[in-house]
Amino acid sequence: MIEEKFDAIVVGAGPSGNAAAYTMAKEGLNVLQIERGEYSGSKNVQGAILYADALEKIIPNFREEAPLERHVIEQRMWSMDDKSHTGMHYRSDDFNEEKPNRYTILRAQFDKWFSSKVREAGAVLLCETTVTELVKDTQGNVIGVRTDRGNEPILANVVILAEGVNGLVGQRSGLRSEIKPDTVALAVKEMHFLPRETVEARFNLKGNEGVVIEAMGTITKGMTGTGFLYTNEESISVGIGCIVSDMSESGVTPYDLLEAFKEHPSIKPLLEGSECKEYAAHLIPEGGYKAIPQLVGDGWIVVGDAGQFVNAVHREGSNLAMTTGRIAADTVVWLTRRKEEMSKANFLEYEKRLEQTFVMKDLKKYKGIPALLHSNKQNFFGLYPKLISGALQTWFRVDGVDKVSKEKEIFQSFRRSRTLLGMMGDAFKLVRAWR
Amino acid sequence: MHIVVCIKQVPDSAQIRVHPVTNTIMRQGVPTIINPYDLFALEEALRLRDAMGGEVTVLTMGPPTAADSLRKALAFGADRAVLLTDRYFAGSDTLATSYALSMALTKIASEFGKPEIIFTGKQTIDGDTAQVGPGIAKRLDYNQLTYISRIVETDVAKGEITVERRAEGGIQLLKTKMPALITMLEATNEMRRGAIETALKAARAEVVTWNAEAVGIEDLTKCGLRGSPTIVKRVFAPEARSEKAQLVEVDGDAGAKAEALIAEIFGRAPAVEDDMREFAATHH
Repeated sequence: MIEEKFDAIVVGAGPSGNAAAYTMAKEGLNVLQIERGEYSGSKNVQGAILYADALEKIIPNFREEAPLERHVIEQRMWSMDDKSHTGMHYRSDDFNEEKPNRYTILRAQFDKWFSSKVREAGAVLLCETTVTELVKDTQGNVIGVRTDRGNEPILANVVILAEGVNGLVGQRSGLRSEIKPDTVALAVKEMHFLPRETVEARFNLKGNEGVVIEAMGTITKGMTGTGFLYTNEESISVGIGCIVSDMSESGVTPYDLLEAFKEHPSIKPLLEGSECKEYAAHLIPEGGYKAIPQLVGDGWIVVGDAGQFVNAVHREGSNLAMTTGRIAADTVVWLTRRKEEMSKANFLEYEKRLEQTFVMKDLKKYKGIPALLHSNKQNFFGLYPKLISGALQTWFRVDGVDKVSKEKEIFQSFRRSRTLLGMMGDAFKLVRAWR
Repeated sequence: MHIVVCIKQVPDSAQIRVHPVTNTIMRQGVPTIINPYDLFALEEALRLRDAMGGEVTVLTMGPPTAADSLRKALAFGADRAVLLTDRYFAGSDTLATSYALSMALTKIASEFGKPEIIFTGKQTIDGDTAQVGPGIAKRLDYNQLTYISRIVETDVAKGEITVERRAEGGIQLLKTKMPALITMLEATNEMRRGAIETALKAARAEVVTWNAEAVGIEDLTKCGLRGSPTIVKRVFAPEARSEKAQLVEVDGDAGAKAEALIAEIFGRAPAVEDDMREFAATHH
């Protein structure tokens, strides 16, 4: 029998779990963090972009110690058809600031560092240990966890579920339902090794500057999804992801999608001569606001991917994870100090605080987007990128045809493939969902 | 009974990567593991302790990051972990390593009680020499039991231990007096999963850390590169033996082709011809 009762148990050592454990331990709480992987980061997969703001609010001087790859000075948004891309690029020397805003990172290294900070702060970290279920008292309040290391329970005042997208512990304990295949994306990525100078020459970079490419279009073969390419110090992360239900309907495998993406004439030259060193896959919760499960109960709080905290439109997730982890921890610290119960009623404070942040504001703003894109996937991820590309090619090709005829041809190309009403409807719905 | 298990943190050979440009092994970022052979030694030590009482101390020499491997050993159930770390130990060969470890073991004996048994794995997967264990036994004057596949009996009252040793052509049943040093063979047992209480204790345990001075090493010329008569001249991947395939062209029917082929083979490997002739002679 383990006599000790912890102030809090954090299930998981990803960004949300580390943020929560660090914040509570730093405030003097007795925190136990349980991670199923060999170390923090061993099971974690991300593109990966680190958004400085969210981490700064937890560890203000992180730039001095954290393993960072490149700070992002250029964002490229690409709409792609099979042979072309239409790009909107934004590059600014303003991003070469003293405290850069976004970084590319390698999660295995970054998470190890973050985890070392958690332990320095005083939390106890148990790795290679899987939480199998939550322990409840006779009233149904969560009072601890059981692990795969025997039947013995470990008790705590509160359990913070930072267990990631699948939410298996929550599911097994009846706190939530299984994630739905139309609210999660399956993303695959590869790490391509290239000499530093090649990365810099290829992307027009100096020092630790970095470039991010986010792409959508026919690369996902009519499925809801996006592709990406990020520059690291001596490597390039390239990946693509689609909604799981789309993949199971189409039968297209993630691996084939990535192979095709890498062969695209706009991507291939960027990877030329590189050597693939790593292949990883992960689920991303992309259901948005409407897919958020119950977040609090008596003795438990959900943070990070487990709470579906991902802004798919802006490709943000780790910052929402860290922010929800931090705010959940703040709430627990606040209640502990006031000697209040870790009850569902008191945890509404967590939800209230979340409402005040970008996390809930952004997810609410885009709450209609996931369903809209998904239900119109053929248009948004196939037809429109093709039409835009075709129109621009017609427009830029100088072939003796007069401009008025070109305008007509472009207009007709749109009319032929989608009714005016349909297009206006899509535009209207998109604008409405965006607002 | 006090048992010490010497372990080594080694690069996970399944995940070693070669730098595509310089062709050198990239040690950075390669995950480390406890030398797999050492796990059999550790489990055997834990079993003995569980059966007879006492303590298991794990000892390693390595960089400060080797503490990770010691914590893992604690999570499996070891009672105490000692890290011997000093920049003077860098570049040690088996002679220098066994010297430093034997000094640490002497200090362990005075601080925590003299170990009746010292375990090591049969060898490490990065060095592959199988010399450090016997080296320690010699230096500490422990009876030496190498390549042990089973511990048959330990008689504390008589101070005797009986083991099975896998040798060429059979298994030896050996009995000796303790203290003894045992190098454990692979696949002799299966590492346990530490209970939650053990894992929790391990997560909080302090690793005892000693440097050269702490274990009483005064003559630093016996340590590290300076104390290592072994010199690595060159590291290289052996060239693949390449016998080129040869096309034997013969005019004639299938029988003639077969005979030409056989003649070619026997020409290259006369021993094969002798064997075949002998086989034919005895089996007719």
